[in-house]
Amino acid sequence: MTPSDALKKTPLFAAHQKLGARMVDFGGWLMPVQYTGIIDEHNAVREAAGVFDISHMGEFFLADATSGEVLNRLLTNDVAKLAVGQGQYTLMLNDKGGVIDDLIVYRTDKLEYLLIVNASKIDDDREWILNRGLGQATFKDSSDNMSALALQGPKALDIARAFLGAGWPEPKRNEITTYSWNCQEILAARTGYTGEDGIELFFPNEIAENFFLALLEAGKPFGLKPCGLGARDTLRLEAGLPLNGNDLSDKRTPLEAGLGFFVSLTKEAIFPGKEALLKQKSDGVKEKLVAFRLKDKGPPPRPHYHLFRGGEQVGEVTSGAPSPTLGCGIGLAYVRADCAEPGTQLDLEVRGARVPVEVVKKPIYKRQS
Amino acid sequence: MSNIPEQLRYAASHEWVSVEGGIGTVGITDHAQQELSDVVYVDLPKVGAQAAAGAVIAVIESVKAASDIYAPVSGEITEINGSLTAKPELVNQDPYGAWLFRLKLSNPAELDALKDAAAYKAQVGG
Repeated sequence: MTPSDALKKTPLFAAHQKLGARMVDFGGWLMPVQYTGIIDEHNAVREAAGVFDISHMGEFFLADATSGEVLNRLLTNDVAKLAVGQGQYTLMLNDKGGVIDDLIVYRTDKLEYLLIVNASKIDDDREWILNRGLGQATFKDSSDNMSALALQGPKALDIARAFLGAGWPEPKRNEITTYSWNCQEILAARTGYTGEDGIELFFPNEIAENFFLALLEAGKPFGLKPCGLGARDTLRLEAGLPLNGNDLSDKRTPLEAGLGFFVSLTKEAIFPGKEALLKQKSDGVKEKLVAFRLKDKGPPPRPHYHLFRGGEQVGEVTSGAPSPTLGCGIGLAYVRADCAEPGTQLDLEVRGARVPVEVVKKPIYKRQS
Repeated sequence: MSNIPEQLRYAASHEWVSVEGGIGTVGITDHAQQELSDVVYVDLPKVGAQAAAGAVIAVIESVKAASDIYAPVSGEITEINGSLTAKPELVNQDPYGAWLFRLKLSNPAELDALKDAAAYKAQVGG
Protein backbone atom coordinates (compact mmCIF):
# COMPACT_ATOMS: atom_id res chain seq x y z
CA MET A 1 0.00 0.00 0.00
CA THR A 2 1.19 3.51 -0.80
CA PRO A 3 1.87 5.67 2.29
CA SER A 4 -1.09 8.00 2.69
CA ASP A 5 0.91 11.24 2.23
CA ALA A 6 1.98 9.99 -1.22
CA LEU A 7 -1.61 9.40 -2.30
CA LYS A 8 -3.30 11.79 -4.69
CA LYS A 9 -6.30 13.75 -3.47
CA THR A 10 -9.21 15.13 -5.47
CA PRO A 11 -10.30 18.79 -5.01
CA LEU A 12 -13.18 17.40 -2.91
CA PHE A 13 -10.92 15.82 -0.26
CA ALA A 14 -11.64 18.45 2.40
CA ALA A 15 -15.37 18.27 1.71
CA HIS A 16 -15.32 14.46 2.12
CA GLN A 17 -13.58 14.81 5.48
CA LYS A 18 -16.14 17.35 6.66
CA LEU A 19 -18.91 14.97 5.61
CA GLY A 20 -17.35 12.26 7.79
CA ALA A 21 -16.13 10.00 4.99
CA ARG A 22 -13.79 7.10 5.62
CA MET A 23 -10.95 7.49 3.14
CA VAL A 24 -9.05 4.61 1.52
CA ASP A 25 -6.31 4.05 -1.03
CA PHE A 26 -7.90 3.36 -4.40
CA GLY A 27 -5.36 2.95 -7.19
CA GLY A 28 -3.07 5.59 -5.70
CA TRP A 29 -5.92 7.98 -4.81
CA LEU A 30 -7.24 8.77 -1.36
CA MET A 31 -10.97 8.33 -1.95
CA PRO A 32 -14.11 8.03 0.22
CA VAL A 33 -15.11 4.36 0.61
CA GLN A 34 -18.19 5.28 2.65
CA TYR A 35 -19.84 8.08 4.62
CA THR A 36 -22.73 6.55 6.62
CA GLY A 37 -22.36 2.93 5.43
CA ILE A 38 -22.15 0.99 2.20
CA ILE A 39 -25.62 -0.59 2.41
CA ASP A 40 -27.24 2.72 3.38
CA GLU A 41 -25.60 4.51 0.45
CA HIS A 42 -26.35 1.65 -1.95
CA ASN A 43 -30.03 1.82 -1.00
CA ALA A 44 -30.08 5.61 -1.43
CA VAL A 45 -29.03 5.17 -5.07
CA ARG A 46 -31.61 2.43 -5.70
CA GLU A 47 -34.43 4.33 -3.97
CA ALA A 48 -33.65 8.05 -4.43
CA ALA A 49 -30.22 9.32 -5.49
CA GLY A 50 -26.54 9.32 -4.60
CA VAL A 51 -23.59 11.42 -5.68
CA PHE A 52 -20.08 10.01 -6.13
CA ASP A 53 -16.79 11.87 -6.46
CA ILE A 54 -15.27 10.55 -9.68
CA SER A 55 -12.69 13.35 -10.02
CA HIS A 56 -9.93 10.74 -9.94
CA MET A 57 -10.96 9.55 -13.40
CA GLY A 58 -9.00 10.85 -16.38
CA GLU A 59 -10.17 13.25 -19.09
CA PHE A 60 -8.39 13.39 -22.44
CA PHE A 61 -9.42 15.68 -25.29
CA LEU A 62 -8.58 14.82 -28.88
CA ALA A 63 -9.23 17.37 -31.61
CA ASP A 64 -8.65 18.09 -35.27
CA ALA A 65 -10.12 16.94 -38.57
CA THR A 66 -8.48 13.52 -38.32
CA SER A 67 -9.40 12.82 -34.68
CA GLY A 68 -12.26 10.47 -35.59
CA GLU A 69 -10.06 8.36 -37.83
CA VAL A 70 -7.32 8.33 -35.20
CA LEU A 71 -9.74 7.06 -32.54
CA ASN A 72 -11.00 4.37 -34.87
CA ARG A 73 -7.43 3.11 -35.21
CA LEU A 74 -6.93 3.15 -31.42
CA LEU A 75 -10.19 1.87 -29.92
CA THR A 76 -12.60 -1.03 -30.52
CA ASN A 77 -15.93 0.71 -31.06
CA ASP A 78 -16.77 2.71 -34.20
CA VAL A 79 -16.67 6.45 -33.48
CA ALA A 80 -18.12 7.13 -36.94
CA LYS A 81 -21.46 6.13 -35.35
CA LEU A 82 -21.32 9.15 -33.03
CA ALA A 83 -23.20 12.31 -33.86
CA VAL A 84 -22.06 15.48 -32.08
CA GLY A 85 -23.15 15.18 -28.44
CA GLN A 86 -23.22 11.38 -28.33
CA GLY A 87 -21.02 8.97 -26.41
CA GLN A 88 -20.11 5.29 -26.54
CA TYR A 89 -18.43 2.68 -24.36
CA THR A 90 -15.25 1.40 -25.95
CA LEU A 91 -12.03 -0.46 -25.15
CA MET A 92 -8.29 -0.05 -25.54
CA LEU A 93 -6.60 -3.38 -26.30
CA ASN A 94 -3.11 -4.83 -26.59
CA ASP A 95 -2.07 -6.73 -29.71
CA LYS A 96 -3.33 -10.01 -28.23
CA GLY A 97 -6.79 -8.52 -27.73
CA GLY A 98 -6.32 -8.19 -23.95
CA VAL A 99 -7.93 -5.19 -22.25
CA ILE A 100 -5.67 -2.26 -21.29
CA ASP A 101 -8.60 -0.05 -20.32
CA ASP A 102 -12.31 0.44 -20.81
CA LEU A 103 -13.52 3.99 -21.37
CA ILE A 104 -16.24 6.23 -22.72
CA VAL A 105 -15.70 8.45 -25.75
CA TYR A 106 -17.98 11.46 -26.21
CA ARG A 107 -18.09 13.51 -29.37
CA THR A 108 -18.18 16.93 -27.74
CA ASP A 109 -17.92 18.84 -31.00
CA LYS A 110 -17.70 18.17 -34.73
CA LEU A 111 -13.94 17.77 -34.48
CA GLU A 112 -13.46 17.12 -30.78
CA TYR A 113 -13.72 14.01 -28.63
CA LEU A 114 -13.54 13.57 -24.86
CA LEU A 115 -12.20 10.28 -23.45
CA ILE A 116 -13.02 9.32 -19.85
CA VAL A 117 -10.48 6.75 -18.61
CA ASN A 118 -9.95 4.85 -15.37
CA ALA A 119 -8.00 6.67 -12.64
CA SER A 120 -5.32 4.02 -12.21
CA LYS A 121 -4.68 3.93 -15.97
CA ILE A 122 -4.35 7.66 -16.76
CA ASP A 123 -0.57 7.61 -17.22
CA ASP A 124 -0.51 4.25 -19.06
CA ASP A 125 -3.35 5.24 -21.38
CA ARG A 126 -1.80 8.64 -22.20
CA GLU A 127 1.58 7.08 -23.01
CA TRP A 128 -0.08 4.36 -25.03
CA ILE A 129 -2.08 6.86 -27.10
CA LEU A 130 0.87 9.20 -27.67
CA ASN A 131 3.18 6.31 -28.59
CA ARG A 132 0.78 5.16 -31.29
CA GLY A 133 1.05 8.51 -33.07
CA LEU A 134 -1.77 10.94 -33.54
CA GLY A 135 -0.81 12.44 -36.91
CA GLN A 136 -2.38 15.90 -37.15
CA ALA A 137 -4.68 15.44 -34.18
CA THR A 138 -4.00 17.39 -30.99
CA PHE A 139 -4.10 15.70 -27.60
CA LYS A 140 -4.73 17.29 -24.22
CA ASP A 141 -4.73 15.52 -20.85
CA SER A 142 -7.08 17.59 -18.64
CA SER A 143 -7.16 15.04 -15.80
CA ASP A 144 -5.37 17.36 -13.35
CA ASN A 145 -7.66 20.31 -14.09
CA MET A 146 -11.09 18.69 -14.16
CA SER A 147 -13.28 17.34 -11.40
CA ALA A 148 -16.29 15.11 -11.84
CA LEU A 149 -19.36 13.85 -9.99
CA ALA A 150 -21.70 10.98 -10.80
CA LEU A 151 -25.28 11.78 -9.79
CA GLN A 152 -27.19 8.49 -9.92
CA GLY A 153 -30.58 7.09 -9.01
CA PRO A 154 -34.29 7.37 -9.88
CA LYS A 155 -34.33 10.97 -8.56
CA ALA A 156 -31.07 12.00 -10.27
CA LEU A 157 -32.68 13.79 -13.19
CA ASP A 158 -35.13 15.67 -10.96
CA ILE A 159 -32.19 16.83 -8.86
CA ALA A 160 -30.14 17.87 -11.89
CA ARG A 161 -33.08 19.88 -13.21
CA ALA A 162 -33.66 21.56 -9.86
CA PHE A 163 -29.95 22.27 -9.44
CA LEU A 164 -29.05 23.45 -12.93
CA GLY A 165 -32.27 25.27 -13.73
CA ALA A 166 -34.67 25.51 -16.65
CA GLY A 167 -32.03 26.50 -19.21
CA TRP A 168 -30.07 23.28 -18.83
CA PRO A 169 -30.01 21.28 -22.07
CA GLU A 170 -30.90 17.83 -20.74
CA PRO A 171 -28.91 15.05 -22.42
CA LYS A 172 -30.67 11.86 -23.51
CA ARG A 173 -29.19 8.41 -22.73
CA ASN A 174 -25.44 8.37 -23.62
CA GLU A 175 -25.51 12.01 -24.70
CA ILE A 176 -23.40 14.90 -23.40
CA THR A 177 -24.26 18.60 -23.27
CA THR A 178 -22.39 21.77 -22.36
CA TYR A 179 -23.78 24.33 -19.93
CA SER A 180 -22.67 27.36 -18.01
CA TRP A 181 -22.91 27.20 -14.20
CA ASN A 182 -21.92 30.40 -12.38
CA CYS A 183 -20.08 31.49 -15.54
CA GLN A 184 -18.06 28.25 -15.64
CA GLU A 185 -18.40 25.70 -18.41
CA ILE A 186 -19.59 22.31 -17.26
CA LEU A 187 -20.32 19.10 -19.17
CA ALA A 188 -23.20 16.80 -18.31
CA ALA A 189 -23.45 13.24 -19.68
CA ARG A 190 -26.39 10.86 -19.28
CA THR A 191 -24.19 7.94 -18.26
CA GLY A 192 -23.26 6.05 -15.13
CA TYR A 193 -21.99 2.91 -13.47
CA THR A 194 -24.84 1.92 -11.15
CA GLY A 195 -27.62 0.48 -13.32
CA GLU A 196 -29.74 3.55 -12.55
CA ASP A 197 -30.53 6.58 -14.65
CA GLY A 198 -28.23 9.48 -13.92
CA ILE A 199 -25.86 12.21 -14.95
CA GLU A 200 -22.10 12.48 -14.86
CA LEU A 201 -20.91 16.07 -14.44
CA PHE A 202 -17.46 17.37 -15.43
CA PHE A 203 -16.26 20.80 -14.31
CA PRO A 204 -13.10 22.83 -13.47
CA ASN A 205 -11.28 22.10 -10.20
CA GLU A 206 -11.67 25.75 -9.13
CA ILE A 207 -15.41 25.38 -8.57
CA ALA A 208 -15.35 21.74 -7.41
CA GLU A 209 -16.12 22.18 -3.72
CA ASN A 210 -18.80 24.85 -4.26
CA PHE A 211 -20.38 22.79 -7.01
CA PHE A 212 -20.42 19.62 -4.88
CA LEU A 213 -21.85 21.31 -1.78
CA ALA A 214 -24.48 23.20 -3.82
CA LEU A 215 -25.55 19.97 -5.52
CA LEU A 216 -25.84 18.17 -2.16
CA GLU A 217 -27.97 21.03 -0.86
CA ALA A 218 -30.21 21.06 -3.95
CA GLY A 219 -30.63 17.28 -3.69
CA LYS A 220 -31.50 17.19 0.00
CA PRO A 221 -35.30 17.42 -0.50
CA PHE A 222 -35.04 14.47 -2.93
CA GLY A 223 -33.10 12.26 -0.50
CA LEU A 224 -29.69 12.71 -2.16
CA LYS A 225 -26.73 11.25 -0.23
CA PRO A 226 -22.99 11.43 -0.80
CA CYS A 227 -21.83 7.90 -1.66
CA GLY A 228 -18.43 6.23 -1.58
CA LEU A 229 -16.60 3.67 -3.64
CA GLY A 230 -17.98 0.81 -1.53
CA ALA A 231 -21.54 1.42 -2.74
CA ARG A 232 -20.27 2.19 -6.24
CA ASP A 233 -18.81 -1.33 -6.35
CA THR A 234 -21.93 -3.16 -5.11
CA LEU A 235 -24.14 -1.09 -7.45
CA ARG A 236 -22.07 -1.78 -10.54
CA LEU A 237 -21.84 -5.46 -9.63
CA GLU A 238 -25.64 -5.78 -9.35
CA ALA A 239 -25.82 -4.06 -12.74
CA GLY A 240 -23.37 -6.66 -14.11
CA LEU A 241 -20.88 -3.98 -15.17
CA PRO A 242 -17.21 -5.05 -15.29
CA LEU A 243 -14.42 -3.34 -13.33
CA ASN A 244 -11.05 -3.06 -15.03
CA GLY A 245 -8.42 -4.82 -12.91
CA ASN A 246 -11.00 -7.30 -11.57
CA ASP A 247 -13.17 -8.50 -14.43
CA LEU A 248 -11.11 -7.04 -17.25
CA SER A 249 -7.38 -7.52 -17.63
CA ASP A 250 -4.65 -7.63 -20.26
CA LYS A 251 -5.13 -11.43 -20.32
CA ARG A 252 -8.86 -11.31 -21.12
CA THR A 253 -10.46 -10.13 -24.35
CA PRO A 254 -13.73 -8.19 -24.71
CA LEU A 255 -15.23 -11.24 -26.43
CA GLU A 256 -14.53 -13.36 -23.34
CA ALA A 257 -15.89 -10.53 -21.16
CA GLY A 258 -19.16 -10.44 -23.10
CA LEU A 259 -18.41 -6.97 -24.49
CA GLY A 260 -18.53 -7.89 -28.18
CA PHE A 261 -21.25 -5.28 -28.72
CA PHE A 262 -18.62 -2.58 -28.12
CA VAL A 263 -16.11 -4.03 -30.58
CA SER A 264 -16.55 -3.26 -34.26
CA LEU A 265 -14.82 -6.00 -36.22
CA THR A 266 -16.53 -4.76 -39.38
CA LYS A 267 -15.16 -1.19 -39.41
CA GLU A 268 -12.37 -0.60 -41.88
CA ALA A 269 -9.81 0.73 -39.40
CA ILE A 270 -7.35 -1.74 -37.93
CA PHE A 271 -7.00 -1.29 -34.16
CA PRO A 272 -4.65 -3.15 -31.80
CA GLY A 273 -6.05 -6.58 -31.03
CA LYS A 274 -8.42 -6.67 -34.02
CA GLU A 275 -6.63 -9.57 -35.68
CA ALA A 276 -6.53 -11.57 -32.44
CA LEU A 277 -10.25 -10.97 -31.88
CA LEU A 278 -11.16 -12.04 -35.44
CA LYS A 279 -9.26 -15.27 -34.83
CA GLN A 280 -10.84 -15.79 -31.42
CA LYS A 281 -14.27 -15.18 -32.90
CA SER A 282 -13.79 -17.82 -35.58
CA ASP A 283 -12.16 -20.32 -33.16
CA GLY A 284 -14.81 -19.77 -30.49
CA VAL A 285 -14.40 -18.33 -27.02
CA LYS A 286 -13.27 -20.93 -24.46
CA GLU A 287 -14.15 -19.05 -21.29
CA LYS A 288 -16.80 -16.41 -20.65
CA LEU A 289 -17.46 -13.81 -18.00
CA VAL A 290 -20.80 -14.69 -16.42
CA ALA A 291 -22.91 -13.35 -13.60
CA PHE A 292 -24.03 -15.70 -10.84
CA ARG A 293 -25.89 -15.61 -7.56
CA LEU A 294 -26.15 -17.82 -4.51
CA LYS A 295 -29.20 -20.05 -4.34
CA ASP A 296 -29.64 -19.45 -0.60
CA LYS A 297 -28.36 -17.14 2.08
CA GLY A 298 -24.69 -17.87 2.54
CA PRO A 299 -21.19 -16.47 2.49
CA PRO A 300 -20.67 -13.86 -0.25
CA PRO A 301 -18.39 -14.73 -3.18
CA ARG A 302 -15.03 -12.96 -3.33
CA PRO A 303 -12.43 -12.54 -6.10
CA HIS A 304 -10.32 -15.70 -6.75
CA TYR A 305 -12.83 -18.14 -5.24
CA HIS A 306 -13.25 -21.20 -7.46
CA LEU A 307 -16.39 -22.53 -9.15
CA PHE A 308 -17.01 -26.23 -9.63
CA ARG A 309 -19.34 -28.48 -11.58
CA GLY A 310 -19.30 -31.80 -9.77
CA GLY A 311 -15.68 -32.48 -8.91
CA GLU A 312 -14.29 -30.39 -11.72
CA GLN A 313 -13.12 -26.78 -11.40
CA VAL A 314 -14.76 -24.79 -14.21
CA GLY A 315 -14.20 -21.16 -13.26
CA GLU A 316 -12.82 -18.42 -11.05
CA VAL A 317 -14.57 -15.44 -9.48
CA THR A 318 -13.32 -11.96 -10.48
CA SER A 319 -15.81 -9.82 -8.49
CA GLY A 320 -18.09 -10.79 -5.65
CA ALA A 321 -20.07 -9.20 -2.84
CA PRO A 322 -23.29 -9.47 -0.90
CA SER A 323 -26.05 -7.81 -2.95
CA PRO A 324 -27.86 -5.27 -0.74
CA THR A 325 -30.82 -5.17 -3.15
CA LEU A 326 -31.24 -8.93 -3.64
CA GLY A 327 -30.14 -10.04 -0.16
CA CYS A 328 -27.80 -12.79 -1.39
CA GLY A 329 -24.23 -13.16 -2.59
CA ILE A 330 -23.58 -12.27 -6.24
CA GLY A 331 -20.55 -12.22 -8.48
CA LEU A 332 -18.89 -12.22 -11.85
CA ALA A 333 -16.67 -15.13 -12.89
CA TYR A 334 -14.87 -16.51 -15.90
CA VAL A 335 -16.24 -20.00 -16.51
CA ARG A 336 -15.77 -22.62 -19.19
CA ALA A 337 -17.99 -21.80 -22.19
CA ASP A 338 -20.09 -24.95 -21.65
CA CYS A 339 -21.00 -23.67 -18.15
CA ALA A 340 -21.91 -20.13 -19.19
CA GLU A 341 -25.63 -20.52 -20.01
CA PRO A 342 -27.99 -18.77 -17.56
CA GLY A 343 -29.59 -21.43 -15.39
CA THR A 344 -26.41 -23.53 -15.09
CA GLN A 345 -26.01 -24.86 -11.54
CA LEU A 346 -22.49 -24.63 -10.13
CA ASP A 347 -20.81 -24.84 -6.73
CA LEU A 348 -18.77 -22.04 -5.19
CA GLU A 349 -15.91 -23.09 -2.93
CA VAL A 350 -15.77 -20.97 0.23
CA ARG A 351 -13.20 -21.88 2.89
CA GLY A 352 -13.30 -25.55 1.90
CA ALA A 353 -17.10 -25.81 1.79
CA ARG A 354 -19.31 -25.91 -1.32
CA VAL A 355 -22.16 -23.43 -1.77
CA PRO A 356 -24.68 -23.85 -4.64
CA VAL A 357 -24.88 -20.97 -7.13
CA GLU A 358 -26.72 -20.36 -10.39
CA VAL A 359 -25.47 -18.63 -13.51
CA VAL A 360 -27.84 -15.72 -14.26
CA LYS A 361 -28.34 -13.17 -17.03
CA LYS A 362 -26.69 -9.76 -16.79
CA PRO A 363 -27.68 -7.41 -15.28
CA ILE A 364 -28.11 -9.36 -12.05
CA TYR A 365 -30.50 -6.67 -10.81
CA LYS A 366 -32.65 -4.54 -13.09
CA ARG A 367 -35.13 -1.88 -12.06
CA GLN A 368 -38.72 -2.92 -12.75
CA SER A 369 -40.14 0.14 -14.46
CA MET B 1 -14.87 7.10 19.77
CA SER B 2 -15.55 3.47 20.59
CA ASN B 3 -16.97 1.76 23.63
CA ILE B 4 -14.45 -0.34 25.64
CA PRO B 5 -16.06 -1.98 28.71
CA GLU B 6 -13.82 -2.11 31.81
CA GLN B 7 -14.59 -5.71 32.84
CA LEU B 8 -13.47 -7.43 29.61
CA ARG B 9 -10.10 -8.66 28.36
CA TYR B 10 -8.95 -7.83 24.82
CA ALA B 11 -6.75 -9.36 22.14
CA ALA B 12 -4.65 -7.06 19.97
CA SER B 13 -6.58 -8.56 17.02
CA HIS B 14 -9.77 -6.87 18.39
CA GLU B 15 -11.60 -9.78 20.07
CA TRP B 16 -12.99 -9.44 23.59
CA VAL B 17 -13.39 -12.24 26.13
CA SER B 18 -15.24 -12.50 29.43
CA VAL B 19 -14.70 -15.51 31.69
CA GLU B 20 -17.08 -17.10 34.17
CA GLY B 21 -16.61 -20.51 35.76
CA GLY B 22 -13.86 -21.52 33.34
CA ILE B 23 -16.00 -20.69 30.29
CA GLY B 24 -14.93 -17.82 28.03
CA THR B 25 -17.41 -15.83 25.94
CA VAL B 26 -15.85 -14.21 22.85
CA GLY B 27 -16.93 -11.42 20.52
CA ILE B 28 -15.41 -8.56 18.54
CA THR B 29 -14.95 -5.05 19.89
CA ASP B 30 -16.93 -1.94 19.07
CA HIS B 31 -13.83 -0.57 17.34
CA ALA B 32 -13.63 -3.72 15.17
CA GLN B 33 -17.30 -3.59 14.14
CA GLN B 34 -16.91 0.09 13.23
CA GLU B 35 -13.89 -0.73 11.08
CA LEU B 36 -15.68 -3.64 9.37
CA SER B 37 -19.03 -1.79 9.06
CA ASP B 38 -22.10 -3.60 7.62
CA VAL B 39 -21.58 -7.22 8.78
CA VAL B 40 -23.48 -9.53 6.42
CA TYR B 41 -22.33 -13.05 7.28
CA VAL B 42 -20.71 -14.86 10.20
CA ASP B 43 -18.92 -18.19 9.79
CA LEU B 44 -18.71 -19.77 13.26
CA PRO B 45 -16.76 -22.82 14.47
CA LYS B 46 -18.47 -26.14 15.27
CA VAL B 47 -19.26 -27.04 18.86
CA GLY B 48 -16.52 -29.39 20.01
CA ALA B 49 -13.82 -27.81 17.84
CA GLN B 50 -10.51 -26.99 19.52
CA ALA B 51 -9.51 -23.33 19.45
CA ALA B 52 -5.81 -22.42 19.76
CA ALA B 53 -4.94 -18.98 21.10
CA GLY B 54 -3.98 -16.69 18.21
CA ALA B 55 -5.28 -19.05 15.49
CA VAL B 56 -8.17 -18.33 13.13
CA ILE B 57 -11.41 -19.71 14.56
CA ALA B 58 -14.18 -17.80 12.72
CA VAL B 59 -14.75 -15.44 9.81
CA ILE B 60 -16.86 -12.28 9.74
CA GLU B 61 -17.89 -10.96 6.34
CA SER B 62 -18.70 -7.32 5.75
CA VAL B 63 -19.82 -5.91 2.40
CA LYS B 64 -16.21 -5.26 1.39
CA ALA B 65 -14.29 -8.27 2.67
CA ALA B 66 -13.98 -11.45 4.71
CA SER B 67 -12.08 -10.91 7.96
CA ASP B 68 -10.48 -13.61 10.10
CA ILE B 69 -11.39 -13.81 13.78
CA TYR B 70 -8.73 -15.20 16.12
CA ALA B 71 -9.28 -17.17 19.31
CA PRO B 72 -8.02 -14.98 22.17
CA VAL B 73 -7.51 -18.08 24.35
CA SER B 74 -7.30 -21.84 23.80
CA GLY B 75 -10.07 -24.30 24.56
CA GLU B 76 -12.94 -26.43 23.33
CA ILE B 77 -15.91 -24.65 21.70
CA THR B 78 -18.96 -25.31 23.89
CA GLU B 79 -21.57 -23.06 22.29
CA ILE B 80 -22.06 -20.77 19.30
CA ASN B 81 -24.40 -17.81 18.95
CA GLY B 82 -26.88 -19.18 16.40
CA SER B 83 -28.91 -15.96 16.32
CA LEU B 84 -26.11 -14.39 14.23
CA THR B 85 -26.88 -16.68 11.29
CA ALA B 86 -30.20 -14.93 10.69
CA LYS B 87 -29.14 -11.53 12.06
CA PRO B 88 -25.41 -10.93 11.45
CA GLU B 89 -26.05 -7.18 11.77
CA LEU B 90 -26.34 -7.70 15.55
CA VAL B 91 -22.52 -7.63 15.56
CA ASN B 92 -22.75 -3.96 14.48
CA GLN B 93 -25.70 -3.06 16.65
CA ASP B 94 -24.51 -4.60 19.91
CA PRO B 95 -20.90 -5.85 19.67
CA TYR B 96 -20.65 -6.74 23.38
CA GLY B 97 -24.04 -8.48 23.42
CA ALA B 98 -23.63 -10.30 20.11
CA TRP B 99 -21.04 -12.82 21.30
CA LEU B 100 -19.73 -15.27 18.67
CA PHE B 101 -18.87 -18.43 20.65
CA ARG B 102 -18.11 -19.82 24.09
CA LEU B 103 -15.22 -22.08 24.93
CA LYS B 104 -13.93 -24.09 27.92
CA LEU B 105 -10.55 -22.59 28.69
CA SER B 106 -7.75 -25.20 28.51
CA ASN B 107 -5.08 -22.79 29.76
CA PRO B 108 -6.52 -19.95 31.86
CA ALA B 109 -3.01 -18.52 32.27
CA GLU B 110 -3.33 -17.26 28.66
CA LEU B 111 -5.69 -14.59 29.98
CA ASP B 112 -2.68 -12.82 31.49
CA ALA B 113 -1.33 -12.18 27.99
CA LEU B 114 -4.48 -10.28 26.98
CA LYS B 115 -4.95 -6.53 27.37
CA ASP B 116 -7.11 -4.82 29.94
CA ALA B 117 -9.47 -2.03 28.86
CA ALA B 118 -6.83 0.70 29.38
CA ALA B 119 -4.20 -1.11 27.29
CA TYR B 120 -6.68 -1.84 24.51
CA LYS B 121 -7.83 1.76 24.55
CA ALA B 122 -4.21 2.86 24.16
CA GLN B 123 -3.88 0.51 21.17
CA VAL B 124 -6.91 1.81 19.27
CA GLY B 125 -6.44 5.41 20.26
CA GLY B 126 -9.53 5.97 22.30
